[in-house]
Amino acid sequence: MSDNSTCSSPMEELHPIFLHHLPSSFSVLLKTRLQAHFHVLDPCDSAEPVSSFLASHAHSVRALVCAVLTPLTAETLELFPSLHLLVGTSSGLDHVDLDYCRRRGITVTNASVAFAEDVADHAVTLLIDVLRRISAADRFVRSGSWPVKGDYPLGSKLRGRRVGIVGLGTIGFQTAKRLASLGCLISYTSRSKKPSASFAYYPDVLELASNSDALIVCCPLTQETYHIINEEVMRALGKRGVVVNVGRGPLIDEARMVELLVQGNLGGAGLDVFEHEPKVPKELFGLDNVVLSPHCAVITPESFQAVQDLTVNNLIAFFANKPLVSVVQFQ
Amino acid sequence: MESIGVLMTCPMSAYLEQELDKRFKLFRFWQFPQRAQFLKENCGSIRAVVGNATVGADAELIDALPKLEIVSSFSVGLDKVDLAKCKEKGVRVTNTPDVLTDDVADLAIGLCLAVLRRICECDRYVRSGKWKKGDYKLTSKFSGKTVGIIGLGRIGTAIAKRAEAFNCPVCYYSRREKPDCQYKYYPSVTELASNCNILVVACPLTEETRHIINREVIDALGPKGVLINIGRGPHVDEPQLVSALLEGRLGGAGLDVFEKEPEVPEELFGLENVVLLPHVGSGTVETRQEMADLVIGNLEAHFLSKPLLTPVV
Repeated sequence: MSDNSTCSSPMEELHPIFLHHLPSSFSVLLKTRLQAHFHVLDPCDSAEPVSSFLASHAHSVRALVCAVLTPLTAETLELFPSLHLLVGTSSGLDHVDLDYCRRRGITVTNASVAFAEDVADHAVTLLIDVLRRISAADRFVRSGSWPVKGDYPLGSKLRGRRVGIVGLGTIGFQTAKRLASLGCLISYTSRSKKPSASFAYYPDVLELASNSDALIVCCPLTQETYHIINEEVMRALGKRGVVVNVGRGPLIDEARMVELLVQGNLGGAGLDVFEHEPKVPKELFGLDNVVLSPHCAVITPESFQAVQDLTVNNLIAFFANKPLVSVVQFQ
Repeated sequence: MESIGVLMTCPMSAYLEQELDKRFKLFRFWQFPQRAQFLKENCGSIRAVVGNATVGADAELIDALPKLEIVSSFSVGLDKVDLAKCKEKGVRVTNTPDVLTDDVADLAIGLCLAVLRRICECDRYVRSGKWKKGDYKLTSKFSGKTVGIIGLGRIGTAIAKRAEAFNCPVCYYSRREKPDCQYKYYPSVTELASNCNILVVACPLTEETRHIINREVIDALGPKGVLINIGRGPHVDEPQLVSALLEGRLGGAGLDVFEKEPEVPEELFGLENVVLLPHVGSGTVETRQEMADLVIGNLEAHFLSKPLLTPVV
């Protein structure tokens, strides 16, 4: 039941917001939080078919929350003539028709501000693990090999390594800050140069890769960035090059990457995302120079709390005509 | 200098062996099973010992080498060198500070992240095919957690600076409080452990610091606390650590060193809240080469009567 102790008005006076989701443990928790502040319209609550629920309720809705990665098409959005704000609860919004939102003038916010630290931490974890062979060495110890095989093969130093950030948004910037503290030399590519960033800028990924020892992929997935890390880019990175992906699987041409890794033409990879999750190319399982994680960069209680706070605060700000946080900038 | 005998105590670096071979008469101690015999026959020509964190130069070895002039350690830690004996006999001692500071600090941070974010477990989860059946569970955020450092020397300071980039408040314990230090000081390790989420051992191993991580400290760190050891195995009372982890009294541990390397308590192999590494703190190609160059540089300086590069004694 919603907690209305903070508001003495009857339910009808709370602003209505629409919750677009496939119920999950996360979206259920989020809904409870939202119900303390808003009148939550959730088609999953109703026995009516979704189409008739929408016909009854969608016309006056000004704000919609799209929870987790539930696809949101132009067709659905067209049913909300009064919609002004779409709140996403993930960093990546490739499951939402953003082009339609841009054309309609719908403001979109994402979770980047809430998630940035955990994603940055995860990107750094993957890079350190690949270069210093942490997971592989842990396997070596647990298999009892240390007394038998002797010393473990040497890894690679981080200080002085040239790291190229693909996409210097909130997440890219937090990642860069952490890697800089390890002595990595940071450069980046982005849709546009960031005047506030002191790192070296390259106008395209190929040039960035040619001047880097490692790439951290943390840009949004769009039509333009699909397979942005292609064979040419990976070859430019070189035989000792490392790719870390904490964005979306399709940012990398996965089949080519696997081939290059197996052939020894790419030095290593740290991957949190894959083209066809949860399927992961099994050729990677035999490699010690890759580290694989199950799309879990933000699966911490801290990030879950932060995105709930961000969602509620942005909605409150919207209805009070105050500035929003983590707004998605359209091209 | 080809007639100068240099005794290398154990295999530590193929590159270093090769470079020592070029310049000196190199004896590889591990190739002589009859040690007493070997020492008797060759002590007349051995004027230098090259040791490391595993096998150094103890009193027995120093006494067996009457022509010994210098011990050049392929490590920064000198717990395996009898420094008092060296002083007494006028034997010089050098180590490899600074060149390995970054790598060790990076590994400390890497261990913090790996333990909290369960990266090794996550990797196992994917490789075993379990992801197809369901997502992995929640892990803990690292950024913003309080990091407590034991020993704020070169390595401790480097760890602190990195932790700051992750917005981690830093506190420390040291034999004496450091003036003009921006981090909070605690006068005992137990108090430090009570006031941090992650406790990092980064001090030298001496008689005073042996088992500095004992039952009391482990209890103070607690069921949500994490211990990171990039110092020496004997800094930690290992049986106490193992039982605390098995019983859930300690939240987790990232260990690069153990009391009896290369033996690692097998009870730890089944735990998902530990990361176990085979003493790789300085284990990068680049750093091991720099360390080797420093060992060679110190030996050459000594035998050319020039000032030593990184003397300790």
